[in-house]
Amino acid sequence: MIDIIVGHYNYWVVIFLMMAGFYTVIDRGNLIKKIAGLSIFQTSVFLLYISIGYVSDGTTPIIAEGFTRYSNPLPHVLILTAIVVGVSTTALGLALIVRINEAYGTIEEDEIHEQDKSL
Amino acid sequence: MIEQNLSLLLVVIPLLAAPVTAMLPAGRLPWLLTLIVSWTCLVIAGWQLSVVIDGSVISYELGGWAPPWGIEYRIDAMNAFVALILSGIAAITLPYALRTVEKDIPRHQTSLFYAVFLLCLVGLLGIAQTGDVFNLFVFLEISSLSSYVLIAMGEQRRALTSAFQYLIMGTIGATFLLIGIGLVYAETGTLNMVDLNLRLQPILDHRTVHTGFAFIVVGIALKLALFPLHLWLPNAYKYAPSVVSVFLAATATKVAVYIMLRMVFGVFSNDFVRITPTDQMFLLLGIFGVILASVTAIYQTDVKRLLAYSSVAQVSYMVLGMGLASVLGITATLVHVFNHALIKGALFMACGALVYRVGSSQFENLNGLGRQMPWTFSAIFIAGLSLIGIPGTAGFISKWYFMLAALEQQSWLIALVILLGSLLAVVYMWKIVEVMFLRPASDNVASVKEAPVSLLIPMWVLVIANIYFGFYTELTVNVADSAARLLGVAAYHE
Repeated sequence: MIDIIVGHYNYWVVIFLMMAGFYTVIDRGNLIKKIAGLSIFQTSVFLLYISIGYVSDGTTPIIAEGFTRYSNPLPHVLILTAIVVGVSTTALGLALIVRINEAYGTIEEDEIHEQDKSL
Repeated sequence: MIEQNLSLLLVVIPLLAAPVTAMLPAGRLPWLLTLIVSWTCLVIAGWQLSVVIDGSVISYELGGWAPPWGIEYRIDAMNAFVALILSGIAAITLPYALRTVEKDIPRHQTSLFYAVFLLCLVGLLGIAQTGDVFNLFVFLEISSLSSYVLIAMGEQRRALTSAFQYLIMGTIGATFLLIGIGLVYAETGTLNMVDLNLRLQPILDHRTVHTGFAFIVVGIALKLALFPLHLWLPNAYKYAPSVVSVFLAATATKVAVYIMLRMVFGVFSNDFVRITPTDQMFLLLGIFGVILASVTAIYQTDVKRLLAYSSVAQVSYMVLGMGLASVLGITATLVHVFNHALIKGALFMACGALVYRVGSSQFENLNGLGRQMPWTFSAIFIAGLSLIGIPGTAGFISKWYFMLAALEQQSWLIALVILLGSLLAVVYMWKIVEVMFLRPASDNVASVKEAPVSLLIPMWVLVIANIYFGFYTELTVNVADSAARLLGVAAYHE
């Protein structure tokens, strides 16, 4: 039991971050907080991939004398791409929020709904 | 040799053209380049399909790395079919784009608009071409990010909030897909679709595989606007600029249908669908989707929103086809992907023509407009008949195959739902006819002229295609059938 908890601590961190981020996206009405939640949610997936690449007793995947076990570099490469995607999503989301703020004068979801309804 | 490179060119040409377009001076030049690129893509896609139509496969190794280590573009009948639909719709949308973009988009932004349009096309074509699941995720995000931008370019400020809502939902969907791909990779150590399929078969009962599958299906379902995850779609289509509504309505959800087919049946397998309750889930959501989305469409007071809800209902038909999990079911789904792109393309183009002349798609502003704009109105009427599934139109062919697929398995309930969906389509399309033709013209429409010819020609090309593919079914049905067989879907046996 203790093995499952301690031995997989990185996966517990992943699950915690994933749920925290996802909950923030759903629950918060402030658009910036939504994007922050979305970022945390995506970051948890990066951690998941990096954990998958771990090989016990493996070193950094750079060929060097005296080392025969390396961590799997492929998930690292994949996640570099996913980080780029994540950064672009966040940037685009924030840019949209700037435009929304210019158009509505607020970034609170309920106030935006209120304004749209009164039209 | 040239055939092999075709698969890559289809992605590389628009990808290279996008930054060039962005740097061109505003005006008609960016449009011209985009037009040329999209027509080139159509030619390549047609060529590609003619190579693989006999069941052969084009395989291109990116960077010379042999699969399964490198990324492979693997083109079979289904990829080529989807790529043809995408580039065909892009090619027909662009002549339409010229006038509407001049009206909807500020002049100094036109170069950027067409650059983003090309990026969206790159993403969609990339999804169709690639044989690597991670590459698919990247292309999905390229197409999604650019479609958020395209939608946000709508005139009203609600375009911004709609795009933001789509961004949140779309990113959650894509991240779910990424989690699923990660879990499946952890189990198999490969990302190549064909290789994944082989390595997954012995371990289909592993819990990690099931979890990964669930994440993948839910993630794609968000992009697909599968009921009840469709809430982002109506606003996104309504507030987007007209040409963006046309393009996205005809392509974006169709590509998601392709991804679902490829992942569920191609990467996992038909056996897996049967041992998990996936097929029942598809059927259940499909039934609810067809009925509830059609009923919601009836209560809309805006043509664009009505058509958007109708799209949700039509996508649900495709999900029904997947739920039947037979060759006929998948064939029906693929045929409908093609036919629905024609139908919704024509309808959204007509709707865009109304917005072009009247400035609104609300029913209250369209009273009696049918007599002022007879060509646009008859386009809506004929495309509407096709949507309903009247014999002699493309829509009938899809409904016919859905019916055959349902009856093959004696699913009377599904057959009934397909009929009911058509009846509900009669009701909501009749609402448009009633407003536009039967109501007396109100003052604001008295001086409205017919839409410009550059809008009418693409619209009528699609309308005529609707009738043409209602009689000539060789292309659609044969390709869809061989694609369904290649997917390894076993014929249905009770």
